[in-house]
Formats: sequence, C-alpha cells, structure tokens
Amino acid sequence: MNQSASQLRLTRPLPPLPGLDDNLNLTVKGRSLWADARRRFFHNKAALVSLVLLTVILLLCLFGTSASPFNFEDPDFSSMQTAPDFEAKHWFGTDNLGRDLFVRTLLGGRISLLVGALGAVVAVLIGTLYGATSGYLGGKTDSVMMRTLEILNSFPIMFLVIVLMTFFGRDLWLIFIAIGAVSWLDMARIVRGQTLSLKRKEFVEAAHVAGVSSFGIIIRHIVPNVLGLVAVYATLLVPQMILFESFLSYLGLGVQEPMTSWGALLEAGAKSIEGSPWELAFPAAFLVVTLFCFNFVGDGLRDALDPKDR
Amino acid sequence: MSLLEVDKLNVRFATPEGEVAAVNDLSFTLEPGRALGIVGESGSGKSQTAFALMGLLAKNGTATGEVRYLGSNLLALSEAQLNKRRGSEIAMIYQDPMTSLNPYMKVGDQLMEVLRFHKGMDRKAAFAESVRLLDAVKIAEPKKRMGMFPHEFSGGMRQRVVIAMALLCRPKLLIADEPTTALDVTVQAQILKLLQELRRDFQTAVIMITHDLGVVAGVCDDVLVMYAGRTMEYGPAQAIFDSPSHPYTRGLLHAVPRMDHAHGADRLATIPGNPPNLLALPPGCPFAPRCHDRFETCLTPAPLIEFAGSRRRACHRSIAELSENESAPEGVVA
Amino acid sequence: MSAPLLEVKDLHVHFNVGREGLMPWAPARMLKAVNGVSFSLKAGETLGIVGESGCGKSSLARALIGLNPIASGSVKLDGRELAGLPAGEWRSLRAEMQMIFQDPLSSLNPRMTIGEIIAEPLRTLRPETPSAAVKAEVARVMARVGLLPNVINRYPHEFSGGQCQRVGIARALIVRPKLIICDEPVSALDVSIQAQVINLLLDLQQEEGLALIFIAHDLAVVKHISDRVMVMYLGRAMEQAGADTLFATPEHPYTRALLSAVPIPDPMRERTKTIQILEGDLPSPISPPSGCVFRTRCPIAEPRCAEVVPALEPRGTDAGHAVACIRVGLAAAA
Repeated sequence: MNQSASQLRLTRPLPPLPGLDDNLNLTVKGRSLWADARRRFFHNKAALVSLVLLTVILLLCLFGTSASPFNFEDPDFSSMQTAPDFEAKHWFGTDNLGRDLFVRTLLGGRISLLVGALGAVVAVLIGTLYGATSGYLGGKTDSVMMRTLEILNSFPIMFLVIVLMTFFGRDLWLIFIAIGAVSWLDMARIVRGQTLSLKRKEFVEAAHVAGVSSFGIIIRHIVPNVLGLVAVYATLLVPQMILFESFLSYLGLGVQEPMTSWGALLEAGAKSIEGSPWELAFPAAFLVVTLFCFNFVGDGLRDALDPKDR
Repeated sequence: MSLLEVDKLNVRFATPEGEVAAVNDLSFTLEPGRALGIVGESGSGKSQTAFALMGLLAKNGTATGEVRYLGSNLLALSEAQLNKRRGSEIAMIYQDPMTSLNPYMKVGDQLMEVLRFHKGMDRKAAFAESVRLLDAVKIAEPKKRMGMFPHEFSGGMRQRVVIAMALLCRPKLLIADEPTTALDVTVQAQILKLLQELRRDFQTAVIMITHDLGVVAGVCDDVLVMYAGRTMEYGPAQAIFDSPSHPYTRGLLHAVPRMDHAHGADRLATIPGNPPNLLALPPGCPFAPRCHDRFETCLTPAPLIEFAGSRRRACHRSIAELSENESAPEGVVA
Repeated sequence: MSAPLLEVKDLHVHFNVGREGLMPWAPARMLKAVNGVSFSLKAGETLGIVGESGCGKSSLARALIGLNPIASGSVKLDGRELAGLPAGEWRSLRAEMQMIFQDPLSSLNPRMTIGEIIAEPLRTLRPETPSAAVKAEVARVMARVGLLPNVINRYPHEFSGGQCQRVGIARALIVRPKLIICDEPVSALDVSIQAQVINLLLDLQQEEGLALIFIAHDLAVVKHISDRVMVMYLGRAMEQAGADTLFATPEHPYTRALLSAVPIPDPMRERTKTIQILEGDLPSPISPPSGCVFRTRCPIAEPRCAEVVPALEPRGTDAGHAVACIRVGLAAAA
C-alpha cells in the first residue's frame, strides 16, 4: 500500500474519450449570488419601473431647477398664487408669495431625499453593527444592549425634537440628528434576529474552530450575510424617513423658511387647497410617487434576495 | 391487468437556466402486492417520478407519456378526478416526518380528515377506524394519541402516523419517498418491518424510492436503477444484487461499505467524478463521464434492452465485456 | 507505550434548558447531553463514535473542540488540560485540532470564495505568513484533496456536496493539525461520493499521521474507517472496542441491537437475518433513567439495573474491549 503523495489519486484514471469533457461540471459558467439576485430583480417589472422613476425624480430634483428661470425664494409679483401657466414658465404655478412651485418642489425634493438617504445610511451603519454585535455576543451583553435599545425606542421622539429645537433653533442639521436617532433602532433589531440564526450555522462554528476572533467573525461572516436583508430594509426605511420629515415640517418643526421640503409644501398647500389646489397637488404627487417607488424597489429586492440562495 | 403501467414517462422542468429533463422515457410495470425499489442518487429523477405519478409536480414541470393506473391514464385526469384517487387508492409517504404532519392540527383530526373526505364517514366511525389504524402501526394508547399534536411524538412515531394516514383508505399502491432516511437505524428497522407486515396484511403494492441499497435488498421484489433521469438497469432484486449488469450498479455496490465485509478491506472502490449536472449532460450515455468501461460508442445514447427474461439494461458494453474491465478497489495490485 | 494524544476522563456536557418551576429560584433543568464519557486516542489512530440521535456524540465533539462548555471532567490534548481553559488560550490549540462538519454547503460561508475559505485558518492562526506562502499552501491542500486549481475563485453554491466537503477538508488540513474531529462528514453525501471522501480521509490520515475522531450514525462507514469504536447511548458510553472485535463480537445488548438493524445490501442475507427490535422510545435526556440509561429498552434488564450505573469494564478476550453492563456474559446469544 505504498503510494507516494504526488501520485495521490482517488481512483484509477478513466479511459480517455475524446468528445467528452470530464470536467463538464466544473466548466459550467459560474455565477455569484449577487448576479443571480440582480437578474431576478430586473425580471420584476414593478421594481424595474420604480427604479427608473426614482432615477428620473432624483435627476429632476438635482438638476431640474436649472431649466427654470426662477429661483426658490424670489417672488414673481406678476404671478401671485397663479395656476400652472406654460407661457409664463410657471409650470407648477406659484404659491401665495409668488414663488415658483416647480423650483420649490424640486428643491423640496432635494431636502426630502437627502433626509431619507441620510436616515437610511445612519440606520445601516449604526444599526447593522449594533445588531450584529448584540446578536453574536449574546448573553448578558445582548440583554443590556437590547434593553438599552428598547429604552431608546420608547423615548418620545417628538419630545426630543422639540427640546432640541428649543435650545438650538430650527437648524437643518438638527433634523438630521433627530432622524438618525430614530432610524437605526428597527434595523438593529432586524439584524440581531438574522444574526441569531446565522450564529448557529456551521460556517460560523468553523470560523470559531479556525481561531477567528469574535470581531473577525462579526465583520467577515455575519455582516456580509445580513447585507441582503439590510439592503431590503434600508430601501423600505427611506420612505419612512421622508414621511417623518414631512410630518415634522407639517407641524412647523422642519426646515426653516424660505428653505422648503415636500412636507413643508404640503403644509402650505393644504391651507389653500380650495383656492389653489395646484399648491398641494404637485408636491403631493411627487411625494406619493417617490414613496410608492421605494416600496416597490424594496419589495423587489426582498424577492430577488430570497433566502433560498443564502 | 397490472396495477400500474408507466409508459415512456418524461418529466421536464422549465428553469431560468434552460429546460431540465428530470425523467427520460421511464417505463415499468407494477403488479398488485409487489414492491418496486427505485434506486438513485441526486439528480437521478427518482423523486420527480413519484411526484409525476401523484400529479404533484411543481408549476414549471410537465409530465408526458402515460401512467396507466388500472387502465386509466393518471396524467390525463383532471384535478378533481386525481383527488378521488390520491389518498384513497394511491397514497404517498415522504421523507421528513417533521414536516409531513400539520403542526397545528391534532393527529386525530388529520387522520379523520382523510376518512371523512374520501369515505364520507361521520366523526364516530372515522375516530374508530383511525384508532384501529394507529393500533395496526403499533402506537401505544392510540385513543389518547388521537388528541395529541405532532410535536408530542418522536420522529419514528410520526412516521408511523404518516403510514397510518396513508393506509386509512386501504390504498392499492403506496409510494414511499425515502421514508426512513431521516430516522435512526433501529427506528428504521422497526418501520421497515412494519411496512412489510402491512404490505402482507393489506396487500398493498409499494414503490420504495431510496438511495440505500440495504433497504432495497430487504423490502423490494424488483429494482429500477436510475441515473440522470434515465433507467440504467431493471430487474428482480436478487438478480441485480447477485449479478449487476450495469457499470453504475456495480460501482454503487462496490462503493457501499458493508457490515458483512471484513474490516481492513483497505479502500472502497469509488465511482469517480461528480453527480450529474442536468443542465449540462453529455451526449449519449449520461454515466459516461464517470464510467470505467466507456468507449467511443458511449457518445451515443444507450437503448434499454431486455435480457434474461425480465431484466433490462442500458449499456453499450455487453455483460461479458464488463467482467473483464471490472474496476478494482483502489490500492489492490492488479 | 507512547502517551495518548487525547485523553478524556469522565466528561460531562450539560445544557441549561429552563427551570423546574416558574420562580427564579427554582432549580435549573439540565439536559445532560454527555453524562460521564471517558476514552483515549493515540496519534495516528481513528476512533469511531456511533450512536443514534440524542446519544450526545455531536455535543461531545463540540465540547472537545471548545464550541460547547465542559461542565466537568478532564480533556487532555498532548498533556494539556482543556477543561476550564480560558477563552484566550484556546487560540494556541487551534492549529492542533480542527473539525469537519456534516452539512457541506452550510459549513462554508456563501459570500467567500473557496480560496478565501481555505486560507482563513492559516491567515488567522499564522498571520505572519506572507501572502505568497499562503497562496502556495492553499494550492497544496487543494491538490491534496483533489480540487482543480482553477476553481479557487468560485463560490460554494457552485459546487456539488462532495466538492464542498473537500473544501471543508482542505480548510481543516491547511494548518497541519494533529487531530481532526469529523462530525458526520459523509452523511449528507451521495453514496458514490461518500466512498470518495472516505478514501480521501484514509489516504490523508496515512500520509499526515492524523488522528481522527469519526462521528457517524452509519455503522458500515464507521466500521470501514475506524481502528477503535465507541458506542454511545443517551450521553453514556455503552461499549468500546477495536473495530473488528466490536463488529464481530458485540457484547452490550444495545450494540447488538444496533448492529442487527443495519440493512445489508444483499437480499438473501437481509431477509433471513434476525433483527433485535428495540421496543419503546428514547427517554428524555433531561431526566434519564436511573442506573443504566438503556434499561428501559433493554431485552435483558433486571431490577438491579435501575440501581447501579454500570462502569465501562474490560470484558472478553480483547484487551481493549470494555462494556458498560452488569449482565454482560449473560446476554442472550445474537
């Protein structure tokens, strides 16, 4: 039974057969999990259309204002609270102060989208790390971290916002802080749940046996495998953040005049809904379409990243 | 008339990566009370055969050919007509006893549901009959067990309940898809003994789908060996085990470690290579990439040929040629 | 007589599964997964551990490698005590003891390439190794286990079960351990692939002088690969012997029942053999039976079996043959 290591084979070589590729199974084109998910996503018509629409809206908000001769704060005394008028280049009409609504809507979109994006980013960064650490470490650490989270969650956020506003005035950055404070909580819980089930998987045990530290396991093994879930919930979080900001603005606690957001525009538009419905209609349309699209994209992502392939 | 005649059954699945031929030109006959074992590994198509027979294929699967059960083609029946037969004349038991039973329904309710649907029994009669079957599968205190939930049973007991449920309507045909694979070996022995007794008492024909050659040897009269959706070999169990006529069957028999072999038979004879990829099958015989006896003709499909009475094999090599080229266990100096 | 590589004495692994009552001061309910197991393993030797579900073999394996906490007892690897070892000191041991897992696909991180997976233990335990050397080592072990070098950047889901298991073996080998614990490494594989992996493990063991602890429920596989075998039931060892002795002359009633239940792929022998059916169900590991844990299902139990916990005592002619039964010698002939 002497076989030198270099001749190690698992069986006698098969008789050669030209025309037959013995490594047939291995030369089949490889595909990564992300490519699979991408293909499934693009087959989802609702998600694809929503993605396109969102891109259009984003581009409009960023660059569309240059198409209009007006800016967001200067009143046009010749057209005070006028309906949409193509000749006068007030495509969305003007508000009660004569400011062009097209520009204001797009500008408001910039703020709203920024708020949504920021909230999602903060949620992803803080929430993922917090949830993964808490879930992986388990035991008392997990208990403490979760109780802290629950305390933060039960804190009345409006109270915090009002207190901040009172002390620091209506600064745009305060809104972002308030949003950030809220947005990561749910994400942390979701990531923790996913971590708890990943923790038991054999590849995590294998990493343990290979001597990888807890931190290493969290970063290399847990986080990459929760990213799919995180992407889905981040996408569904953006509309929540936009709505929250709109809510704040509607209560008069959001952006300060003359800056505006969709929420602030809704607040102003709602007041004059009988006389000039266009003041409400356009920002509302943008807001609703954006929210719908984010939700469809989020759903599409969730379907595309089906657990089957994890 | 034969109980079941499968004639050129083909099962195709439409997947995003292309069409997958899970089962190709499968034909066999089953007489009442006989047991057929369908043996194969992953990708062999054995489970999909069972699903096709029961009309339980996934939405993207289509079955063509004929499956004649007591004369009528099951593949041509409507859902309603199939439902009349499923559960009452043809029953199926699955591999995983954990998921075969509804965890939210009491075991008794699940048993009685079958009887009330198929036999139109009232509650009292259904209860009595269910208790009788639970007793037949040797579950202690059957009346008490009727009111319990599946999670209160052990794996082996759950499988017995599933068998009882399958036999409630005295089906003529029982399809068992890897019924003991998930069970401990001592529990497996109990269940297989039970199946044999019930077969004898109820005269049920059995199709046993498994990868375990030992189980097949104990239970089945005839054996069908499948690979990549095709029949490699078919014949009476004793003949196939004594004188396998196909390189794949031989490979399998040599590759299985056996209790009755002496320890120290150094290496197992292996079948080289990997299980078939149904999306990228070679032209001709699907086993050729792994076969020690292959030659140029194997690039063309091998027809299934009858020999020695009721046996069939699909191999270009004649049996005599096979004996010459028998793959030796690794390490043995030839 | 060289000192054993691994010496385990009276190992206990307990899990806390809640409380007896609702009050915080009620005593904790302990699941006694491993309830006093002792054995030793020499370098280059293979110990097979067999038992059915609930016997504690997986908990034992995970305790040896530090994944489960040890409640009491002693585990000495090369003379170094592992029980009660602080977490920080485990790292220095990792390079000596590695593990192969049961489910080939889920033991690999789906988001890492197999090159990264195989390199991870080396990078973690010997971080000073330059990356060129790491690459060379990865290539070396891949060739050793029969993986083609061009698949190094593929992802686990692109491979079959057998290939994934080879990746797992390569990962365990790369740090050149003295002992590899194999937790049911071939149970999830096709029969033809099982043989390949078993042969691979045997070859590697011979070349590298590895000691193996091979845990399985498939007795034929264990028989083939092990030098010595230990039979476990409900957290205790029932019998230990050299593989030949155990399978030729089992003494413990549980071992006899277990061996008789294994199906033999030979219809004549399978149908004519006598199986010792074990009646009843596995008792709960939270409150195991007093005395001998097997007595509730033992064909030769007597009242004294409930009072005495039988120790593993040498029996029979073979020096290494130990049985935990007070009635051995009086057992009915198989």
